[in-house]
Amino acid sequence: MAHESHYKPTSRFGKWMDERLPVARLVHGSFVDFPTPRNLNYLWTFGGILSFCLAAQILTGLVLAMHYQPSGAEAFNSVEHIRRDVNYGYMIRNFHAVGASMFFIAVYIHIFRGLYYGSYKAPREVLWILGVLIFLVMMATAFMGYALPWGQMSFWGVTVITNLFSSINELIPGLGTAIVQWLWGGYSVSGTTLNRFFSLHYLLPFVIAGLVILHIWALHVAGQNNPAGLDIRTKADAVPMFPHAIAKDAVGLFAFLLVFAWFAFVMPDYLGHADNYIEADPLVTPPHIVPEWYFLPFYAILRAIPSKLGGVIAMFSAIAILVFVPWLDTSRVRSSKYRPIYKWFFWLFAFTCLALGYLGAMPAEGVYVFWARVFTFYYFAHFLLVMPIVGLIETPHRLPRSIAESVLGPSRGGGITPATAAAAPEKR
Amino acid sequence: MASHADDEPTRRDFLVIAGNAFVAVGAAATLWPFVAQMNPDASTQALASTELDLAPIKEGQAITAMWRGKPVFIRNRTKEEIAKAEEVKGDQVPDNSARNDLLPEDTPADDVNRVKEGKTNWLVLVGICTHLGCIPKGQSMGDERGEFGGWFCPCHGSHYDTSGRIRKGPAPRNLEVPPYAFISDTKIKIG
Repeated sequence: MAHESHYKPTSRFGKWMDERLPVARLVHGSFVDFPTPRNLNYLWTFGGILSFCLAAQILTGLVLAMHYQPSGAEAFNSVEHIRRDVNYGYMIRNFHAVGASMFFIAVYIHIFRGLYYGSYKAPREVLWILGVLIFLVMMATAFMGYALPWGQMSFWGVTVITNLFSSINELIPGLGTAIVQWLWGGYSVSGTTLNRFFSLHYLLPFVIAGLVILHIWALHVAGQNNPAGLDIRTKADAVPMFPHAIAKDAVGLFAFLLVFAWFAFVMPDYLGHADNYIEADPLVTPPHIVPEWYFLPFYAILRAIPSKLGGVIAMFSAIAILVFVPWLDTSRVRSSKYRPIYKWFFWLFAFTCLALGYLGAMPAEGVYVFWARVFTFYYFAHFLLVMPIVGLIETPHRLPRSIAESVLGPSRGGGITPATAAAAPEKR
Repeated sequence: MASHADDEPTRRDFLVIAGNAFVAVGAAATLWPFVAQMNPDASTQALASTELDLAPIKEGQAITAMWRGKPVFIRNRTKEEIAKAEEVKGDQVPDNSARNDLLPEDTPADDVNRVKEGKTNWLVLVGICTHLGCIPKGQSMGDERGEFGGWFCPCHGSHYDTSGRIRKGPAPRNLEVPPYAFISDTKIKIG
């Protein structure tokens, strides 16, 4: 960790331990006296909220796995068994199902926070890329988890998404089919497929947990970004993480839990799909297959491209392109607060993602296809054209001289001249 | 290697390279069972063929059978449907391959290559849309059959004609004709 811990063991045991395995020192340095920028707003509480979501999903999932039967014949009924017979099973299942949606709401806010305030820019590129990897593994985990209730949407969602790999046949004939049959363990989606998805659905959260540790490690090396996009330079710029940032995180978390509880207790099925309460039937396709809401923008991109392989490539590129954002954005200034032109493009991009989400839920015909194409174009243009070009032509607003000045006004804090302050954020 | 003044490979270089090569081969050989276990297993492969009696299917009717866990469409086509299918040749449709598992890949997608000689009223197809694997509509009487009178996939709007060939929409290929044979005048064996 970049920051030296001021941990001083007081007890004899504490001193003894500190010379052998300094866990307490690590925790103290990382989460107690770690310097956090004093200007963090509530958007910065989502890191903690996401850690909570992961822990909650693992805990509720552990309980569900004690009652669930991962077989084609039993899966659907065992989920109903959990909802009706298992003590508090309805509640724990709702926490898990709603928790997945809440996890994605939080991660999307977290990602857009990073995009708005330039949290991907040097020296936080690796931190950002680890975040993209976490997002990818999260999507895989959620996709496999949605298969487990073995309803109609589970079955046909798995069929449609695994069939994406058959588009490889257009490059190397036969390879796509071989991959799809390897994924299925048969010639169609079956209980065999369900069984392996259960195994992987149990594994991947621990992979996410490992990536989260690396993500936090990278965060603590570079230090947190903040609404001003400036580095911590003096003591006046920072406050210790405990109690300041921890207390703020707690307020954010409790507000989030209010929303979580509202969904979990009042409308647990609102974010799901009614067709998933019909048991999987390999002979009947539901008239309108839609993925869970958090995949809709990517589903819209898939369907916007009139070629099978092209659609698949576009969909995966929509996620992969995030990896290159640190180098596509040419601006010297991190925070969009000080970027008068880019700020508007950011909101246009946010609107594009929402619009794609709406279009992904609509049938793939007529005017919906047209608009899906328009917004798919802008989705990619935002990264490939807007980010590089606006960064070069835009004159950013004058930056505050320090984090302290951005909070307290120009009379206080910081002794750096405006010229160096404007040029500084990119440098280490 | 660098410690040797001349660039001649030494006995040690040979041992290092040969040793590492053995490790690589051994690692790959150990990994393979862990990859291959996911392929269709023996019990799945054993269900590879299905026999069916076609006698009860009247002209214009269709049934759906199961073969390898997949739906198979069997349609007793009407005279008009056959005429419509034969009229359009393979080079007039987007995918000019018969997609008949018993014929080579480059066989043209003419209707004659997608049915059995003398049994042109029987069209046997794997009932899975070649786009993303949905089951197209068109088997039941009231179903929407798309613009070409064959099948219509509701998921992403692919239209198939009365020969099961893709005519419009995102699907890249014609519906697959599974390997099958008439074992008597009215019985077929799929697989």
